[in-house]
Amino acid sequence: MTRKRRRLYIALAGLLCIASAAALILTAFEDNLVFFYSPSDVQAKGLPEGRTARIGGLVQEGSVEHLDGNRVEFVVTDGTHDLSVTYQGALPDLFREGQGVVAEGQAGEDGVFQAREVLARHDENYMPAEVADALKESGEWRPESGESPAEAKGQ
Amino acid sequence: MIPELGHFSLVLALVLAVVQGFVPFVGALRGDSRWMEVARPAALGQLGAIALAFAALTHAYVVSDFTLANVVENSHSAKPMLYKVTGVWGNHEGSMLLWVLMLALCGAGVAVFGRNLPATLKARVLSVQAWIALGFLSFTLLTSNPFERVANPPLDGNDLNPLLQDPGLAFHPPLLYLGYVGFSVAFSFAVAALLEGRVDAAWARWVRPWTLAAWCSLTGGIALGSWWAYYELGWGGWWFWDPVENVSFMPWLAGTALLHSAIVVEKRDTLKAWTILLAILTFSLSLMGTFIVRSGLLTSVHAFAVDPERGSYILGLMAIATGGSLALFAWRAPVLKAGGLFAPVSREGGLLLNNLLLATATATVLIGTLYPLFLEALTGGRVSIGPPFYNYTFVPLMLPLVAAMGIGPFLAWKRADLAGVLGRLRIAALLAVVVALATWYLQNGGPVLAVLAMGFAVWLLAATLIEWAERVRLFRIPLGDSWRRARGLPRSAYGMSLAHAGLAVCMIGMTGSSAWKSELVEAVERGDNLEIAGFTLTLQDVETRPGPNYRSTTGIFEVTRDGRSLGVLEPERRYYPVAGRNTTEAAIRTNGLGDLYATITEPPEEGQDWTARIYYEPLVPWIWAGAAMMMFGGLLSLADRRLRVGAPRRAARQNTRAPVAAE
Repeated sequence: MTRKRRRLYIALAGLLCIASAAALILTAFEDNLVFFYSPSDVQAKGLPEGRTARIGGLVQEGSVEHLDGNRVEFVVTDGTHDLSVTYQGALPDLFREGQGVVAEGQAGEDGVFQAREVLARHDENYMPAEVADALKESGEWRPESGESPAEAKGQ
Repeated sequence: MIPELGHFSLVLALVLAVVQGFVPFVGALRGDSRWMEVARPAALGQLGAIALAFAALTHAYVVSDFTLANVVENSHSAKPMLYKVTGVWGNHEGSMLLWVLMLALCGAGVAVFGRNLPATLKARVLSVQAWIALGFLSFTLLTSNPFERVANPPLDGNDLNPLLQDPGLAFHPPLLYLGYVGFSVAFSFAVAALLEGRVDAAWARWVRPWTLAAWCSLTGGIALGSWWAYYELGWGGWWFWDPVENVSFMPWLAGTALLHSAIVVEKRDTLKAWTILLAILTFSLSLMGTFIVRSGLLTSVHAFAVDPERGSYILGLMAIATGGSLALFAWRAPVLKAGGLFAPVSREGGLLLNNLLLATATATVLIGTLYPLFLEALTGGRVSIGPPFYNYTFVPLMLPLVAAMGIGPFLAWKRADLAGVLGRLRIAALLAVVVALATWYLQNGGPVLAVLAMGFAVWLLAATLIEWAERVRLFRIPLGDSWRRARGLPRSAYGMSLAHAGLAVCMIGMTGSSAWKSELVEAVERGDNLEIAGFTLTLQDVETRPGPNYRSTTGIFEVTRDGRSLGVLEPERRYYPVAGRNTTEAAIRTNGLGDLYATITEPPEEGQDWTARIYYEPLVPWIWAGAAMMMFGGLLSLADRRLRVGAPRRAARQNTRAPVAAE
């Protein structure tokens, strides 16, 4: 085993690792990138069928309705457009009317977004960044309802 | 007055860092020992000054001094004393103070324990350490001063985020930071070695204990954070592949690689440039973690306050540290002399494979974490990358690593006999296949990846046990002799076995809870029965109870199995009036093989039912048991006398006494 041979082996092993990682990453990207849509985006472009998406905005005041079997329906708005969302399960602690929310799920046939997951924040003053941007875009951004210096997880 | 003293000593620490960063460095260049000796008192003084500042802030919290903005925002006079103290680092400013305290502790550690380091190397290491301190002290003072006063002190504070009022999270940041910051020592050693143009076995003997200490602490910190997420957030999960989690996991992966490659440098004097590069990258990943968490750049469930000023400051620091050290590496690495030769199948080869796989895995996590950021910068589109991405990329890279981990410890240095080793591991392979098939049968074919993972975990566990049994020649010689051999084995050998077995145990827990968890979310009333995984939970009552700074609503569930009562589960909903927030406190009952996990949510409207969320999580306690084994294994290895650089002669003697070599 000469130094050159060894270097060759190491380089080959390294290339093999990189190639397999790249292959894995590219296939995983194909199926597992979750795009974010504001209600206005949904209005303009529609949601991709059969794919998981994230939507976000403010929970419209007075829109939260509890249905049978632990189902919740609410409206997410960015001020210009609205989107109805249903979710089955317990809502996170910091879910409130008038506050930012992000939901992950799929478009239903009736145009109602079926959330599989409603994301909780550690801190209710913190506005999800996508939501803040979506609100800024639609001109509904009110800083006082959004960020304030707050910490989570103590890092 | 005390806060001003704290502020003053923080500034003093900054001045000392300037001295420590400059004087010993010039001393090392000119070979002037008196200049180099400045490093030790400067490092100790810096630690003293920062400790004083930290004590001052702690004092302000303990006495609830609401003239400090930081205390007002994060504390309350009615808060329990434990959380008054831990609240010091439960916020950005205070946690930065903790960060620099840990950094100074590392610097002082090198200064005190580095008595027999070559003088120039020690001076350079301490200078580099001081440069890092300089960056973070100025960051703290300029952008996140914890000693800022308020003009009109309020009567009381805003309280600490109730989710952070928990012992798990109280001690998670210090451990995590000690890990993050501990890698700075390896970084400083790497930069100093590049400046010296020399890396040898003695260098690795120095770096490894520090890396090991940082690694242990990071392991503990990550495990504690994941345990907290599991029992406190009420969603029954322990890992989310969230950016904030990933940024602590990447230095851990790179640090694990560094730990193993430093062994090669130490024992065989080869893979030097790679080890240096890893040391640089590991700390760079720590810095990146700090940057990402504090810049608000990435969307995360744990996301932080967005402050562009802080973000760009840390980005600048990161650019200097990483960019500078990589440039230095590119310039100086060719100077390093290449060391011993080895065949592809050898202990070196195994450790190299370990490094390649760990580095690739780190890269996949890095891409998953940063890709959304790049995409947004390039196209404006917002994406998130969830757990499935990591299951497809990270897990397949870990399985060959685990397979190799079983074999690695059997391989001889330089050139090994792979067929022979595999022959000795027949029983382990057989066990792995049996367990995988049994899992397949019991779980009705359950996710293929999970069945595989169980097999691989058992393989690693069995291989580790066989390796240990061979070392003590269990059942080949009388038990008494085996016992004597076992006692003669170096601690680092036990450390390695324990850490490897810990990973196997951890893997079993992760697989069990992710693949075969049962979940039940249902509206309940008093008297209702819920059935899950063979258990029956009956909601007997709902009570309101007072707490020190909250009041709780507690659901009382009786747990029965086959008509036999197993006790009660009491999940709580806590309301913190000062913060105006609720938290969910899960009730968990464990039998070591699985957890029964219950939370309740308040009725959405008056007169409505409760929502109960019940999980059965098979094997989940094994995750933390395994993490504890890894951490303890690391500590055991750290306690090995031969690793302690102060005792090279003793080490030589012990080597001759114990014929079985470590690692």
